[in-house]
Amino acid sequence: MPEMTTTPAEKTTTTATGGPGQPEQKPEKVRGLWGDAWRDLRTNWIFIVSAVLIVLLLVMAAFPSLFTDADPAKANLAKHYLQHPNYGHIFSADWLGYDAQGRSVFARAIYGTRASLLVGAGTTLVVTVVGGLIGMIAGYFGGWVDAVLSRITDMFFGIPFLLGTMVMLNSFPNRSILTVIMALSFFGWTQTARVMRGAVITVKSQDYVHAAKALGAGTPRILFRHVLPNAVAPVIVVATISLGIYIGAEATLSFLGLGLNGVSWGNDISDGGNSIRIAKFIMLYPSIMLSITVLAFIMLGEAVRNALDPKQR
Amino acid sequence: MTTTQQAPFVPTPRAEGPLLEVRDLHVEFHTRDGVIRAVNGVNYSVSAGETLAVLGESGSGKSVTAQAIMGILDMPPAKIPQGEILFQGQDMLKMSAEERRGLRGAKIAMIFQDALSSLNPVLTVGYQLGEMFRVHQGLGKKEAKAKAIELMDRVKIPAAAARVNDFPHQFSGGMRQRIMIAMALALEPDLIIADEPTTALDVTVQAQVMDLLAELQREYNMGLILITHDLGVVADVADKIAVMYAGRIVEQAPVHELYKRPAHPYTRGLLDSIPRLDQKGQELFAIQGLPPNLLKVPTGCAFNPRCPMAQDICRTDLPALVEVSEQDGGVLPGRRSACHFWKETIHG
Amino acid sequence: MGRYVARRLLQMIPVFIGTTLLIFLMVYALPGDPVRGLFGDKGGSPAVINALRHQYGLDKPVLVQYWDYMRGMILHFDFGTQIGSDQPVTQVLGQAFPVTIRLGLLAFAIETVLGLVLGVAAGMRAGKATDTAILFLTLLLISVPIFVLGYIFQTVFAFQLGWMSPSVNDATNYGQLLMPAIVLASVSLAYVARLTRTSVAENLRADYMRTAIAKGLPRRRVIGVHLMRNSLIPVVTFLGTDLGALMGGAVVTEGIFNIHGVGGTIYQSIIRREGTTLVGLVTILVLVYLVASLIVDLLYAVLDPRIRYA
Repeated sequence: MPEMTTTPAEKTTTTATGGPGQPEQKPEKVRGLWGDAWRDLRTNWIFIVSAVLIVLLLVMAAFPSLFTDADPAKANLAKHYLQHPNYGHIFSADWLGYDAQGRSVFARAIYGTRASLLVGAGTTLVVTVVGGLIGMIAGYFGGWVDAVLSRITDMFFGIPFLLGTMVMLNSFPNRSILTVIMALSFFGWTQTARVMRGAVITVKSQDYVHAAKALGAGTPRILFRHVLPNAVAPVIVVATISLGIYIGAEATLSFLGLGLNGVSWGNDISDGGNSIRIAKFIMLYPSIMLSITVLAFIMLGEAVRNALDPKQR
Repeated sequence: MTTTQQAPFVPTPRAEGPLLEVRDLHVEFHTRDGVIRAVNGVNYSVSAGETLAVLGESGSGKSVTAQAIMGILDMPPAKIPQGEILFQGQDMLKMSAEERRGLRGAKIAMIFQDALSSLNPVLTVGYQLGEMFRVHQGLGKKEAKAKAIELMDRVKIPAAAARVNDFPHQFSGGMRQRIMIAMALALEPDLIIADEPTTALDVTVQAQVMDLLAELQREYNMGLILITHDLGVVADVADKIAVMYAGRIVEQAPVHELYKRPAHPYTRGLLDSIPRLDQKGQELFAIQGLPPNLLKVPTGCAFNPRCPMAQDICRTDLPALVEVSEQDGGVLPGRRSACHFWKETIHG
Repeated sequence: MGRYVARRLLQMIPVFIGTTLLIFLMVYALPGDPVRGLFGDKGGSPAVINALRHQYGLDKPVLVQYWDYMRGMILHFDFGTQIGSDQPVTQVLGQAFPVTIRLGLLAFAIETVLGLVLGVAAGMRAGKATDTAILFLTLLLISVPIFVLGYIFQTVFAFQLGWMSPSVNDATNYGQLLMPAIVLASVSLAYVARLTRTSVAENLRADYMRTAIAKGLPRRRVIGVHLMRNSLIPVVTFLGTDLGALMGGAVVTEGIFNIHGVGGTIYQSIIRREGTTLVGLVTILVLVYLVASLIVDLLYAVLDPRIRYA
């Protein structure tokens, strides 16, 4: 069942990586929701820009050494920014310069991509599967099941997202990518659950679900063959947008000193903040990388939302 | 015609000539996929106290014409490249926006098909009715509400005073349509355009609403343009009919003439597809094919792909809307047809 | 309506208990200890530590601690003692809340006014250049993390232009709070704008809008009464629930601008593992959130007569 929740999402992203070059033109055929959405996406500049950006970021995350020779962890105090106050201008010798420990700002900005994307994608995956499942069960079965699950959702929703993850992460002195994913997911699943619940409630009263029931289909079959495929669209939109939000949240946590240990944009921005008056660039470049990454995913989600919901056009 | 309680028939004096005259009206929509020519040279007129039924399938341009008259087309994407809409002799297309607004609701009112979505869901019906008086006559809130109750009484809504503060969703479909009618009547306009006023209603309620509309029309001596796709609705109330297809009028006739002897194959198709008791057991006739895609209207007569009488000329030459006469040349007043073979159709 | 309110209030009880228990468990059941934290890296003598632990009731089972805490809070309005300063938590809260409420209200006002203006402007011109520009601006506001935005504002307006002081030293001065409030409001502002835009664009196409025009109403009445009355329903709902989010966002904003409000206190409490203070603060935030969402629900019924609560 987890596969079912995620396949359409993956489809969207793989078509995204395919870009507008893929010949998939059968315009005269009767198209469903997804076909229509795809036709709409191919001509949407927001989608194209975000897709290109995301592909670039994925390559950067997978093969950071393609983009820089420098080692992000190698500190060379001779290159401390105070010794080279002119760094940070695009055309200067070492391009983006060095931070307070003499580490290459550029290399760190590149190498930070992997952690951010892993946290974003990992959290989205967990949240979509867990939240989607809980929302689907609550929405489909209704009654006391819904009452209990909805109250549990309310409990988690009542704690501000950032606050909850901060408290949780503070208990772990060594925070790996997995720890951060778990903490973000622990408080992040509620939104997906609510969206899924709403969508399932709408779908389950549709005639084709009644028809499937009348034909004697079992509950799992109705859920996964009839309800889920028709309720999944809003969840995909939420998932895509949240991916960006989680990346931003991870950086915020790192910025507060409660995020990842190791190379992370949030940590670098926090460090750079200390020297903001002398060398803005140390903070600037990871900030730009971070903002572009979040923007790319939010734009993608936006494009997918518009494509899936013709009302918004 | 109606079950009226003998309202005194006092025709108010009007300017000479028809109340409304549409001349060679063209409307096009500029969309991403191309230009849609929704209305292509429509001519029709309505006089005070007269009912014109405009008949056609969806996409025939009947509603777009009405919206152009009303001045409620979204422009853009809509555009009126050509034509005149004369109301009491004045071309409304040449008026300022403010002048047109003054006419809307006060002189020309419109009744829409789906009263539930056409009424504002979050305002009480009393407010929405009273708004007419507050805006156009500058009445205060209290007076406006009193007028609203009076109006609801007029359209026979039971317990009007008690229901004036209810919201649209609290009324039944028929009652909601009565509220729409009341709103249109509020300022006693000269012309009412009713766009499929009964389509969304149950058959039994349809007749009641239609009767009410016809009764009020007579009482106030208003011109009425009744837009519909339902020939059954038209027969009882209309004086004359204009049949539209793909943005053009294909046939015009006094109502009973048209029923007796259609002069266009499309009209004949429509009439043949009405179920009739004396044909019980036979297969129901249906016009073959689908209404044309307005982005690629067939050349020649737009109806030719669906027409059982189509010849080569129908695929190349657009038939003009010409006067129709008897076989011996005797005039048939008010009858026109846009068919190359109108003679064969009407006399054959 | 009365029965609905009663039912909602009853539903709030398990949610309140669940949420506070959740936060309590996270604070006390997860590794880490405020008393040990008091002594820093050197560590105190086990005897002293145990005595302190006993004094604050930290040696009891977590659920017993929770029970004691809730009982004290509800019966005596006793939120416990801040271990670091030995002040009652209520006093700490009393100092922190007014600051954050000022900041929050200012942010809320900015978010509402700017969000609505941008949203209506975009929605009325859906698909046009204005719409695209506002779309891009809102996407940018959502994408640029709040701490980056805070730094940008500090750098540009405080250090370079010198219009404002980079940090707040007088939390009663609304002029000083303006910049942090804008930063705090930024993300929500973008959401309000997007929501308003969607809602306005959708309602513009509604049948009742056509009716309103056909009635010959002046444009400002068509827009101001018929369009807005419908379009604002989802926006008001969002604004209500967003109050809680603003409080959460205050953690970062108050950190950057050195404001000693709830956010700053929460951050300090987390770092120092001040369980009682943290639980007290979060409990109040949860209450604010619960009450706000109840009010929103009731408001929703007032704004949209089609919603009926049984």
